[in-house]
Amino acid sequence: MAEYRVAREGDLAEGEKRVFVAGGVEIGLFRLDGRFIAWRNACPHQGGPVCQGRIFRRVIAEAGETGRPAGRRYHERDVNIVCPWHGAEFDIRTGVHVGSGLLRLAPVATLLRDGAVHVAIADEVEHGDGA
Amino acid sequence: MDAPLPIEALAEIGVETDTRLYLDHARRHARRHGYDRWTLVDIDAHHVESISWKEIVDFIEDPVLRDQAKAYHAERVGAPPYGLVGDFGLRYQDCGGRIPHQADRRERVEPGPHRDVVLTRRAMEALAVAYMVVFPTSMLFLGMHPQPQMEVALGRAYNRWVEATLLAGDAGILALAYLPFNTPEEALRVVEESAAHPRVVGFTVTSTRYKPVHDRAYWRLYRAIEESGKPICFHAGYHWQDPSLATIPTFLGMHALGFVWCNMVHMTNWILEGIPERFPRLRSLWVESGLAWIPFLMQRLDDQFLMRPSEAPMLKRLPSEYMAERCWYSSQPMERGNPKALALTFEMIRAESQLLWSSDWPHFDFDTPGVIYDLPFLSEAAKRAILGGNAQRLFGLPDRRPPGPGGA
Repeated sequence: MAEYRVAREGDLAEGEKRVFVAGGVEIGLFRLDGRFIAWRNACPHQGGPVCQGRIFRRVIAEAGETGRPAGRRYHERDVNIVCPWHGAEFDIRTGVHVGSGLLRLAPVATLLRDGAVHVAIADEVEHGDGA
Repeated sequence: MDAPLPIEALAEIGVETDTRLYLDHARRHARRHGYDRWTLVDIDAHHVESISWKEIVDFIEDPVLRDQAKAYHAERVGAPPYGLVGDFGLRYQDCGGRIPHQADRRERVEPGPHRDVVLTRRAMEALAVAYMVVFPTSMLFLGMHPQPQMEVALGRAYNRWVEATLLAGDAGILALAYLPFNTPEEALRVVEESAAHPRVVGFTVTSTRYKPVHDRAYWRLYRAIEESGKPICFHAGYHWQDPSLATIPTFLGMHALGFVWCNMVHMTNWILEGIPERFPRLRSLWVESGLAWIPFLMQRLDDQFLMRPSEAPMLKRLPSEYMAERCWYSSQPMERGNPKALALTFEMIRAESQLLWSSDWPHFDFDTPGVIYDLPFLSEAAKRAILGGNAQRLFGLPDRRPPGPGGA
């Protein structure tokens, strides 16, 4: 397991992201709820650079009490990273595709130490398509 | 002051991202697995001809129509491209900015070769493609034009512009000439004029139209295409004014059905009316409908044919046999949700000889060559065939390397 210092704690404001290569692996680092969350920059749909996409709030729609559609709106809390290749959307907190649990981002361990964010990359990780 | 962080930053992708960076993961996949050294043929990619429309109308042969088009573009700022039909205000395939390459490509292009040549070569380099067959975008609707003479004029102008610009720009860029199919004698004239061009590797019927493909008015056209040795292609599309699809409220639903329905109708008529028997050497290529529709239609037509063979007396075999042996298919957008279903589909359509990989780049549902390469049930020989070999045979193409460092 190799650790890489990838950001100072204050580099990312709440809701921001950074994408970088560390140890030959492409990683997206997100700050949400004050926490740092990291995912491999590889979309499980078709291998796209998912973390280099844009962040959107989750779109939801619920039926009203009488069954009438209440219309679409944005979720107050959930935000998704959207793969720029095909639009696959993943909850940034869970890494799970919003429409199917079969598609999940690969996690990268993060730790805060001495005011800096580090990521830990397993030695056996496949340094494939940069992702 | 802190030491610089030992990392390389990667920028967010947007409409200004260079195609080669946008598709960098695809390029690395090809290099890692070694298929960048194969001859890949992408038989369906697109350029956005509406951006170049002011140039294209210069190729209209009718001098009066040409002057009208030029005056229109000179004096009406912000107007849609002259003469084109389609739903220019309904094109939100980029899903609200989520898929930037579908919205626009504003990447930097240095003065020199035409922008569309540069962008096509960049896509070829990134996808490790040696040959890329380039189709138009807005003109996929042109078969719905209420004035058949406009389909003829604009289709012919486009063909001439493609030859002068795209095909002259790179030996790996290929096209299938646009057929103004609503006017059969003019479609025949296109075949007669362009059949000898080495980079016009076939002829396109845009499938979004209401002409029956088995009409005897097309028999001279089909004979001429058959004699050219080049295939006829049916390129799928959608249309919001199609009454059979009018209840669909989303592009998701429209795209799922529209791009399949038109080719299902044409294929049904093509087979049941005996075109493969009337023109035994005519090869047909069915483009951009995905693959899942083919096993459905094979089973459906076989089932009905066995009960009513007197209604299809031209057929000497089952409809599915014509579809598997006499028709070729592009792969994109390949439905990959059920691996067992996909493997059976490959078996039913004889993919090792009949299937041609296509990217559809830069559209929102493009496929990289990796979607074929990564299939666990294919041999390397089958992968090579589907990614290029089958297209090389169909179009008569020699081996070639993709453009870029160390390439063509």
